[in-house]
Amino acid sequence: MSIKVRLFATLRNGRGKELIVDLETNRTPNEVINGLDIPTEDVAILLVNGRDGTLDQLLQDGDTVSIFPPVGGG
Amino acid sequence: MYGYAGKVLRVNLKERSWKVEALDVEKAKKYIGGRGLGTKILTEEVSPEVEPLSPENKLIFITGPLSGTPTPTGGRYMVVTKSPLTGTVACSNSGGYWGAELKFSGFDMVIVEDKADVPVYLNIVDDQIEIRDAAHLWGKVVSETTQILEKECAEKAKVLTIGPAGEKLSRLASIMNDYSRAAGRSGVGAVMGSKNLKAIVVKGSQKVQLFNHDQLKEVVSNCTKKIRENGVTGQGLPAYGTAVLVNIINENGVFPTNNFQTAVFDKAEEISGETLAEKYLVKKDPCYRCPIACGRYCKVDDIEGGGPEYETIWAFGSDCGVSDLGAVIKANYWCNEMGLDTISAGATIAAAMELYEKGYIKEDELNGVGLEFGNAEAVIEWTKRMGLRDGLGDKLAEGSYRLAEMYGVPEYSMTVKKQELPAYDPRGIQGHGLQYATSNRGGCHVRGYMISPEILGLPEKLDRFTLEGKALWAKIFQDLTAAIDASGLCLFTSFAMGAQDYADMLNAAVGTDFTAQDVLDAGERIWNIEKLFNLQAGIDPSQDTLPSRLLNEGIPEGPSQGLVHRLSELLPEYYSLRGWDTQGIPTVDRLNKLQISESALTTEEVAAGDK
Repeated sequence: MSIKVRLFATLRNGRGKELIVDLETNRTPNEVINGLDIPTEDVAILLVNGRDGTLDQLLQDGDTVSIFPPVGGG
Repeated sequence: MYGYAGKVLRVNLKERSWKVEALDVEKAKKYIGGRGLGTKILTEEVSPEVEPLSPENKLIFITGPLSGTPTPTGGRYMVVTKSPLTGTVACSNSGGYWGAELKFSGFDMVIVEDKADVPVYLNIVDDQIEIRDAAHLWGKVVSETTQILEKECAEKAKVLTIGPAGEKLSRLASIMNDYSRAAGRSGVGAVMGSKNLKAIVVKGSQKVQLFNHDQLKEVVSNCTKKIRENGVTGQGLPAYGTAVLVNIINENGVFPTNNFQTAVFDKAEEISGETLAEKYLVKKDPCYRCPIACGRYCKVDDIEGGGPEYETIWAFGSDCGVSDLGAVIKANYWCNEMGLDTISAGATIAAAMELYEKGYIKEDELNGVGLEFGNAEAVIEWTKRMGLRDGLGDKLAEGSYRLAEMYGVPEYSMTVKKQELPAYDPRGIQGHGLQYATSNRGGCHVRGYMISPEILGLPEKLDRFTLEGKALWAKIFQDLTAAIDASGLCLFTSFAMGAQDYADMLNAAVGTDFTAQDVLDAGERIWNIEKLFNLQAGIDPSQDTLPSRLLNEGIPEGPSQGLVHRLSELLPEYYSLRGWDTQGIPTVDRLNKLQISESALTTEEVAAGDK
């Protein structure tokens, strides 16, 4: 299945802004971040299709995963 | 006397006189200082029914006990007055260096009374006070005024001033200090303009006395470590400033676009913090003793200066449908020069764009400048016209509520209590929406920043769509925020610090024996006196609401599609947790518990005032 991965802030360094990742079925965001060599502690906000996601939820073909390091403000 | 400077400077502009009074330390400790003590003094000295732009209103510039101390971010001051925009109590908070410098001059606050017959400015060099003629400054923009005053006043003096917008009594006028720092919201700059007071220049040479140096050193070291090790305050904000939120909020589908007609902006990347860092950032621009340094200094073409912040990028960017970040930086620059609140200025242009789109504002009012969503040049030009009250800019200078009301359709104004909402669509962030509706200064994100738990996951992640527990979270955030504001520290410290940390700092600096709960109680006390002032000012609880669009029209697309804000389900619990009655009026019991019993206000009197 094909997953769109959107990276932000420092996570873009050396990885780019947006990637299409091909995964076997029954895979999770954990596999996505491992594949991109992103340490778990750098994942502060994880969204799947714009909604709160978890590292171990099952992804569906066509999902968008957005990953942010610790950032904030206002 | 520790923490506090111990002196109050009271200036009467009509009489051109001033006097120094001793600080009432017990009252100060009860309300901590800053926002708390300033509001307490306002409630004692100014009738809530006062016309905000009349000489009878007062303007209080006040620091906290931690302002000017070695505590991290301890450089802030607040402007407390009655707002000409909302009719509520106004408390606008600013960083930079001016607040700490006021403390070094030996004053905790300056209370400005009445109105000068001609433009003047106030020059403070320790206890040498002068009220000087300002005819040569009137009409000048903020940077030019600041440069002139830096030359004609003491070396390294800090300058606070209004721009043309404040002089022309725009209800969106800010008070600027250190060139680009703003006490931005609620039109405090118009109150200053109404008094013919152009600027306050301050230079001090005194140190703030501390209760226990060694103890404070240890506490500061501990808190600074927390700030540096926290992902948001140690990495995110230093690297990208607040603008990094553009992509986060847009990815969640709560990034208000085209005057809140939708909540997804397809060109968010072009105005993001990442793009800002890549294309326009010159350097960081930190405030006094700040280990975070979120401030940005940017350049585009021949324009450079402080900012833009996230809220500003949103207001002139997606809310106006504009994807040209260079144009946003220019609009921000002109807000700083004119002395305009960037949130309200941008959001008012966005409302004007919708009024034009819907056919209420006609072509013949535009005088050569477009007003369609997405027009980058327009946001720059309308900002200037708003600052100068030129043409239709005269109507815009009144803010979006009064603008839309002039066309008979106030529902197109995205405001709470007539103040423009900031950069988060509450339909997809339920707790944050409750915070908007109940904020004592109207539409505002910094009375209780529920984005922190609902989006950023700090101190823990809450589901942004649900209602459970949100009323309690909102109350605690509001109370803690009031206490932080009162102390003189920056709200951003709270990403890394908790109530106990603030208690520790106050205890070491001031010599109090606050617990974490005492700090929260002081915050709640502040919240309640603000509320009482508003009630007496005629702001009844029916105004604890949101624009009908946000309550009734679902977000049309994106990750938060279909959602509305469920305020009516949250308000009763919130009032109950506050110890207020079902109508949203503070009860005598809770006021007594908070030791506000000496106040002239009681529930009965407030209720009688309503009739």
